[in-house]
Amino acid sequence: MRTLSHLDALESEAIHIMREVAAERARPVLLFSGGKDSIVLLRLAEKAFRPARFPFPIMHVDTGHNFPEVIEFRDRRVAELGERLVVASVQESIDRGRVAEQTGPRASRNQLQTTTLLDAIEEHGFDAAMGGARRDEERARAKERIFSFRDDFGQWNPRAQRPELWNLYNARIRKGEHIRVFPISNWTELDVWQYVAREELELPAIYFAHERQVFRRDGMLYAASDYVERYPDEEPFVASVRFRTVGDMTCTGGVLSDARTLEDVVTEIASTRVTERGETRADDRVSEAAMEDRKRVGYF
Amino acid sequence: MTSPELMASELLRLVTAGSVDDGKSTLIGRLLYDTKQILVDQLEHIEDASRRRGYDYVDLALLTDGLRAEREQGITIDVAYRSFVTPRRRFQLADAPGHVQYTRNMVTGASTADVAVILVDARQGVIEQTRRHSYIVAMLELPHVVYTVNKMDLVGYSEERFDEIVRDLSELASQLGLHDPAMIPISALKGDNVVERNGAMPWYGGPTLLEHLESIELGRGLNVDDRRFPVQWVIRPMDDDHHDYRGYAGQVAGGTWQAGDEVVVLPSGLRTTVAAVDTAAGTLERAIPGQSVTILLADDVDVSRGDMLADPARPPIVTRELVARVCWMSERPVDERARLLVKHTTRTVPARLDEIVSVVDVATLQDRLRPGRMELNDLGVARLRLGEPLAVDPYARNRATGAFILIDEATNETVGAGMVVEAS
Repeated sequence: MRTLSHLDALESEAIHIMREVAAERARPVLLFSGGKDSIVLLRLAEKAFRPARFPFPIMHVDTGHNFPEVIEFRDRRVAELGERLVVASVQESIDRGRVAEQTGPRASRNQLQTTTLLDAIEEHGFDAAMGGARRDEERARAKERIFSFRDDFGQWNPRAQRPELWNLYNARIRKGEHIRVFPISNWTELDVWQYVAREELELPAIYFAHERQVFRRDGMLYAASDYVERYPDEEPFVASVRFRTVGDMTCTGGVLSDARTLEDVVTEIASTRVTERGETRADDRVSEAAMEDRKRVGYF
Repeated sequence: MTSPELMASELLRLVTAGSVDDGKSTLIGRLLYDTKQILVDQLEHIEDASRRRGYDYVDLALLTDGLRAEREQGITIDVAYRSFVTPRRRFQLADAPGHVQYTRNMVTGASTADVAVILVDARQGVIEQTRRHSYIVAMLELPHVVYTVNKMDLVGYSEERFDEIVRDLSELASQLGLHDPAMIPISALKGDNVVERNGAMPWYGGPTLLEHLESIELGRGLNVDDRRFPVQWVIRPMDDDHHDYRGYAGQVAGGTWQAGDEVVVLPSGLRTTVAAVDTAAGTLERAIPGQSVTILLADDVDVSRGDMLADPARPPIVTRELVARVCWMSERPVDERARLLVKHTTRTVPARLDEIVSVVDVATLQDRLRPGRMELNDLGVARLRLGEPLAVDPYARNRATGAFILIDEATNETVGAGMVVEAS
């Protein structure tokens, strides 16, 4: 008999997961970073719920240090979809004294996002937050369930995960708890790019090779910006780069590339020899268990 | 490898079974390494870690160590899911660890798998663990199983030893009614017959493990004969453009669906026909098992989440009584008379565990009758009474409509997995 292609199978799985969340939770929210993974989530939500509107709002945790191209893209995309956007601002968390701004050349708001996210979840009463994390990104992620439970403190306990069988997800929680749900858990970076190509999804310009002022630190190339203080020897220079992930400007590195079209990027990814987080995310390099530690305290 | 070729490839889901000593992590590491899935930073990482541990070789098993506690204790805590891709197929691998909570993890990993890869240590042959793994594979109705007889290098690559194990495995497989068992002599450590052949066993003329996985026929675990569609979500835009649109969204659980098909809505028994199979990208000619679609019905009948659309000529059984195989997954044992929730397809109903009919002793494959309670990792047969009817099929006939999970209403934990044997 005819079977589904791998992209169709992954797509159907993700749609099924999103519909389960909508059906079983009272106040879900879809987290959107402006990155390719959450852009894929938006398309999957269209596939799951159109011609009706999404049964949840879209939320962006804005560090205030995002690439301007990404914020511009976010606002345009949400307007096209006609859906509701909630912005949770790290700047506001700082202003309200919930978190303290780091200082110096290594300062980043990446860690501060966790507090902003948890505060926003509580403030809006969200009980399920869907995000675009994938199991191939990092070793701790490979062990996380698609429906991942967080206690009152937003903590993930890897030893107390619910068994996840067939396509039967148990979304039951107590008051005060919430679930993180990862509909594209089983996708790889290459799957995401192939899907972007197949669905002809528009991406922020920073995903494609472009000339920009960068500087070198720890073997990675960072965008020179007002948000990052440079050491005296970190002289900026112009290079053709693209970004494999979209995070805060303070912790997202670019790679040298001439891939200016989607097809070029897919070809480059298919032959790449370094993982996306290993290459471009300073936040995962800090320690061997970096991601695991951040997840335990509620990082997405 | 160009992207159009990759885009057309199919997804094979596998589960690996074996303990640390069987070399399972090494096998997975070998598969990933020899199919060139290991990227430079990951390789540097395990080279470093191997050096720090004083090894004089790169320990491929370290690739699959995930959590800090696991690295510290040298064990695996939880099912890990990883992906790899070859020019022929995209693979999704569930790696179930092999210590105390083994059964629970393996049942979990096997529930979504098309094929099980069971490791056998060539020095030990068929042991209790092999029987346990095989029993679970049979119980979960996996359409394919591969036995990899590992550590062939430690038995001098002996054809005689392999043949001996093949005889024992064949006997076990036929005793359990396993589908299509394949047997491959390998050395994960040396890389023989995993991806490469290496010439160490010239007497073996069969495929390598990867060649075998690439050639397995897909879709055999899906039911294409009996149309089943559990309604997951009702799409009602209620705006001016789609005033009368009312779509039933869900994932096809059996058969192929197309416009004009007769439909019975269960449990109500109402009858109608399929008006169209819809998606956000437009109308489909037909939908096949596993596909998430939206079904439009010809008549305005009362349908909501939890209802099942089915072929009236071959309907499922609508029942309040189930006999099912159960795997108990909670550290707290369960006694007869316990109240639980059953989640089956998109419907969750209260249930009572009327009788624990038997629990199997996996070492001997003998049933212990009326044990009165089930403990963590017990596999048995139970009789359940349901507070509301469910539309079910025997699990052997349809994995999607024969499976359910058990939930403890007090703790919200998933405490068991169930597979319908019969319903009345």
